[in-house]
Amino acid sequence: MKQLFTGAFGAMMFAALATTALAETKLTIATVNNGDMIRMQGLTDDFTSKNPDIKLEWVTLEENVLREKVTTDIATKGGQFDVLTIGTYEVPIWGKKGWLVPLTMVDDPADLLPAMSGGLSVDGKLMASPFYGESSMVMYRTDLVEATGMKMPDAPTWKDIKEIAAKITNKDKEIYGVCLRGKAGWGENMAFLTATSNSFGARWFDENWKPQFDSQEWKDTLNFYLELMKESGPPGASNNGFNENLALFNAGKCGMWIDATVAASFVTGKDSTVADKVGFALAPDNGLGKRGNWLWAWSLAIPAGSQKEEAAQKFVGWATSKAYTELVAAKEGWANVPPGTRTSLYNNPEYQKVAFAKMTLDSINAADPTKPTVKPVPYVGVQFVAIPEFAGLATTVGQIFSAALAGEKTADEALAEAQDVATREMTKAGYIK
Amino acid sequence: MARAVSSRRKWTFTLIAWFLAFLIFFPILWTILTSFKTEGDAAAIPPRFLFFDWTFENYGVVQERSNYFKFAMNSVILALGSTFFALLIAIPSAWSMAFAPGKRTKDLLMWMLSTKMMPPVGALIPLYLIFRDFGLLDTRGGLIAVLMMLNLPIIIWMLYTYFKEIPSEILEAARMDGASVWKELVYVLTPMAIPGIASTILLNVILAWNEAFWTLALTTKDAAPLPQFIASYSSPEGLFWAKLSAASTMAIAPILVLGWFAQKQLVRGLTFGAVK
Repeated sequence: MKQLFTGAFGAMMFAALATTALAETKLTIATVNNGDMIRMQGLTDDFTSKNPDIKLEWVTLEENVLREKVTTDIATKGGQFDVLTIGTYEVPIWGKKGWLVPLTMVDDPADLLPAMSGGLSVDGKLMASPFYGESSMVMYRTDLVEATGMKMPDAPTWKDIKEIAAKITNKDKEIYGVCLRGKAGWGENMAFLTATSNSFGARWFDENWKPQFDSQEWKDTLNFYLELMKESGPPGASNNGFNENLALFNAGKCGMWIDATVAASFVTGKDSTVADKVGFALAPDNGLGKRGNWLWAWSLAIPAGSQKEEAAQKFVGWATSKAYTELVAAKEGWANVPPGTRTSLYNNPEYQKVAFAKMTLDSINAADPTKPTVKPVPYVGVQFVAIPEFAGLATTVGQIFSAALAGEKTADEALAEAQDVATREMTKAGYIK
Repeated sequence: MARAVSSRRKWTFTLIAWFLAFLIFFPILWTILTSFKTEGDAAAIPPRFLFFDWTFENYGVVQERSNYFKFAMNSVILALGSTFFALLIAIPSAWSMAFAPGKRTKDLLMWMLSTKMMPPVGALIPLYLIFRDFGLLDTRGGLIAVLMMLNLPIIIWMLYTYFKEIPSEILEAARMDGASVWKELVYVLTPMAIPGIASTILLNVILAWNEAFWTLALTTKDAAPLPQFIASYSSPEGLFWAKLSAASTMAIAPILVLGWFAQKQLVRGLTFGAVK
């Protein structure tokens, strides 16, 4: 009898434990290595204490590795991830293919910055919720600009930039007027050049998907960029991406740097030798109604076919909520709150005190991914074209333009080559009949 | 008779050898030095070689953020597991090719080597689908099988080359004494080829330890080895060189130590049969 009782008790305990184990949902979250994402990993106790049945497991990877891995997994329905960190480029493409689940638990979707929610929606449905958003702007050395006797306008033109850069440049002292991206890649030099080309009135494709590198606008863009860099850029600029320019700026070698708004916290941070001498301005324009700034967000999305959709929806809702920004502010200060996603954040008087907050918001608002160019285009995206072929094509074009910056070919040769490559690829992909 | 070498010439060659060794080792040395810098010092222009504020902070951050031992344990299991299973197949294969060659042995060897010539990405999607359907994604077993197959051609080739150096008369003598194929393999061939087998094991462990493409593609968290640990510290926006260097140093340290202790064996094995 005693044995029977012990056996029954044991079976009941086993069943209870098994039920508990079954009730626990493990979410595997694929994410990139940036400060905001790492910070979130340290603050998830707030989420798990409210949702004790959900356990979070993080897979942090370098951006390109993550992109390859997540793309393979989602395309083959591998099901390795329940929540994905993806960029603004992937969302419209994957959303249209039905690879993502529309989000249903996003906190106050109307509060999301229109530029962000516009770029992350497909057919009016939000397919990814922005966790952290950025645009690009001019970061400049106030002391060097002041020494030239000139003044940096809040909304400079490219002509202003060229003139100020020329006056700042002192190659003997290794001070360069302007540092810009030159390293080849669709997310490197082509992000900068595509955004810049928008302000020159250029576009990647016309309404019939015909490449436009043979247009006068692209000629003006590339010639201006090459001349500016030759006159006022650092040596070896064709190898410089975000991090190389950041290192140069922090070392005091650049008068101006036009790049992602996220850099503002780095150039004013503890690793910068010029932290107290940095000013901010909008990305330049040419008076055509479009500025040379981009729009990007790292967003959280749920792959279609996820077996844990409800838990994933809850997590995405929590991570991109107003309550989360308040949690970060309470623990680490307002300057460390993920920027660029919500209107309410920029209306917050505490956040308005952060030096670069206003310029970040103005830069984001100046970009419209649905109407990125002066002339009409058949695509969405400011510094990219949201079609699957773009990443490969833009990397090839980026290599051609990078070679032009290195002096291996002229602007005309580079543009002709880019036009050939783009025409061939777009014909092969079926865009050009 | 040994050739007479003047002491000046000897010094010159020694210096050249040291210089070349330093040049080859420099990237590893730079990685180790960078791991002790602050992010600011790591990105300083001009670069700082030795005169910077030495700090262990990066190792602390890396240890706090990632479970290093879990990644390292996976690397050990994958490297040793794939090597063990590869040897089980490779020793008999190499034996048969070296001592009982057929008409197509040479073609077979060439075909095996040709599988190494295909870019791995070409097989990614089919293999990923097979792994998905058999529930092998993010499992050590699946990855051991892939790493084993990946390095098998090289192992068979290496062992084949070593076995060819062993006089077949010795094996024939063993056979005359009544040794079975198994005994011939275990008690005669293997002991004689120990230097070759040891260097093959070492090389395969190093190759499996450093393999990044498949380990990154087929694992997420449970079976992820050290390459994934390193990949999590790279960032396109923001200074990360010091932390990445700390992660890299932690990842290469075990294999570097193993290589250091085993270098005699490795050199002996790699030059086995060079002088007849």
